[in-house]
Amino acid sequence: MSFHPQMPYGEGWHRSQRRVPPDGPPFAFTPENLARLEDICSHYPPEQRKSAIIAALYLVQEQQGYITGNAMQHVAGVIGCAPAQVEDVVSYYVMFFTRPVGTYVVQVCRTLSCALRGAERVTEALCRHLHVSPGETTPDGMFTVVEFECLGACDRAPVIMVNNEHWHECQDPDKVTELVDALRSDGVAALSGCHLVKER
Amino acid sequence: MDPVLTKHIGEPNAQTLDFSLQHGAYAGLRKALGMAPDEIIDWVKKSGLRGRGGAGFPTGMKWGFVPKDSPKAKYLCVNADESEPGTFKDHVLMERNPHLFFEGCVIACRAIRAKVCYIYIRGEFYHLQRVLETELARAYEAGFVGANILGSGEHVDIYIHRGAGAYEAGEETALIESLEGKRAQPRLKPPFPAVVGLYGCPTVVNNVETLCNVPLIFDRGWEWYAGIGPDKNTGPKLYCVSGHVNRPGVYEADMSVTLRQLIYDYAGGIPGGRQLKAVIPGGSSTNVLPADKIDVAASFDGLVQAGSMLGSAGIIVMDETTSMVWVAKNLLHFYEHESCGKCTPCREGTDWLYKILSKVERGEGELRDLGLLFSVADNIGGKTLCPFGDAVVPPVASTLQHFREDYETHVRVGRPPLPPWRAQEELIGAH
Repeated sequence: MSFHPQMPYGEGWHRSQRRVPPDGPPFAFTPENLARLEDICSHYPPEQRKSAIIAALYLVQEQQGYITGNAMQHVAGVIGCAPAQVEDVVSYYVMFFTRPVGTYVVQVCRTLSCALRGAERVTEALCRHLHVSPGETTPDGMFTVVEFECLGACDRAPVIMVNNEHWHECQDPDKVTELVDALRSDGVAALSGCHLVKER
Repeated sequence: MDPVLTKHIGEPNAQTLDFSLQHGAYAGLRKALGMAPDEIIDWVKKSGLRGRGGAGFPTGMKWGFVPKDSPKAKYLCVNADESEPGTFKDHVLMERNPHLFFEGCVIACRAIRAKVCYIYIRGEFYHLQRVLETELARAYEAGFVGANILGSGEHVDIYIHRGAGAYEAGEETALIESLEGKRAQPRLKPPFPAVVGLYGCPTVVNNVETLCNVPLIFDRGWEWYAGIGPDKNTGPKLYCVSGHVNRPGVYEADMSVTLRQLIYDYAGGIPGGRQLKAVIPGGSSTNVLPADKIDVAASFDGLVQAGSMLGSAGIIVMDETTSMVWVAKNLLHFYEHESCGKCTPCREGTDWLYKILSKVERGEGELRDLGLLFSVADNIGGKTLCPFGDAVVPPVASTLQHFREDYETHVRVGRPPLPPWRAQEELIGAH
């Protein structure tokens, strides 16, 4: 029973629920990534290696593109914690992908400041151009379109992030379709980056 | 007032150590290293510095809560998880003035007797992490961070810890949980982090802008700092103005500045000569103010008197063409998505509010849904472990309070047509 008499109990998936992805192919860190992870672990007290779980998962994503059950088992082994603790983290944070994604994951900010300046139109134009809906990947595996919550660049709205790392600012429906074509030909070099990084 | 925090942000190489040293970086640290920890805390108390993260809690007092005689390690955690919709000030400081930021971290560590500082940066700020890492390495090399800082014997290590996409990590106990390698979910308080925080040790969590203010107090003296701005709202303040304005951006002013000045003088007013409809003064978690309430000081106390909060100083401006039902729906999508799920009222309630608002926004609502919105919001506010629950209420309650006619239009007439400039994909071209 729900605690509010006029509302049904919640439905659908929530980030607080645990969702374990399939095991996938065998996974082990490359020696280089293992060394990078050990370096990060040294930032924390020796008995607190768990603090490096998020960093380890980023390395998995860098090495394999997305996170699988086998990868989580491996991370748990390297960190020295229970696999459930890694599963907790993977299902909670939105920047971890638990299924294969496109070469370019285009993450469009949809929260108020971007929305006031037309983020909805940008997403529509992007989806129309690529013939996908938000959350889907193009058949050629090049692009995944995702709607994202506030990226914290509201003065350069609407903002797009690609692959969790590269920013592209001040978008509109025309520019975003050009961006897709530029990404195809030039890769992430086509992105404007954060305008602060470049000298003003 | 002349900008202090952002004076040089537009100049080439402003982020580098050489540039920063030419403009007086680490002078405050040199003075603070000659002072005892208690004296540092005393200066910060006398300066009147209040936390810039949202709550406006006096920083010196927060530092004073750390038990001096505890045998445990002490930690400083920096909240660089800037995720409040409408806020982008810490981004600018970390990117363009990182040495001021590191200087503040080291002084704070000395004050609370911490040897280690973790900068918890949100996952989306990868480009910023790289800037910080480069400049941090330079600060280590020059002896401003690390062992035996400037020959004083003080030892502070700073590490950067990247999150992975969770608004809730901006709450201090959730940030600590996330740093420990868990989900960013809040803890029951008390005990407060000052006593039991990171790894069970005494911990202070401070916002980036707060720490950037600290070196100024030592460089120029607490008397200078306390003399800026109105009583109890001292020091330079960064304001983030976004939405329907001609020049969105970060602006620095003392806290006697009014919302009207920020919108019309600093940010250049509203495009196309359109009229102002509403302002969110301190990030999406603060009450919306209608257009006739903007002649108030944008200070901690001034905005409370006006019926809202300074929060994170994320000012979102909305013009006359904006439907406040659409605004509330947009924000509740955010809260529904970001609720960490630990407390039932927030996890379920945000989902319900979003569903009701979607229905009303589509023009399929009934008048009794408006009462239901109040009822559900009232069942979340004050009934959760962390302030997230309280933050959900303002977008619903304040838009209903000030713009009930918008809701009634959606119910009686249906969704109003989008204004031509928005429907025809012509963005307000102020870029």
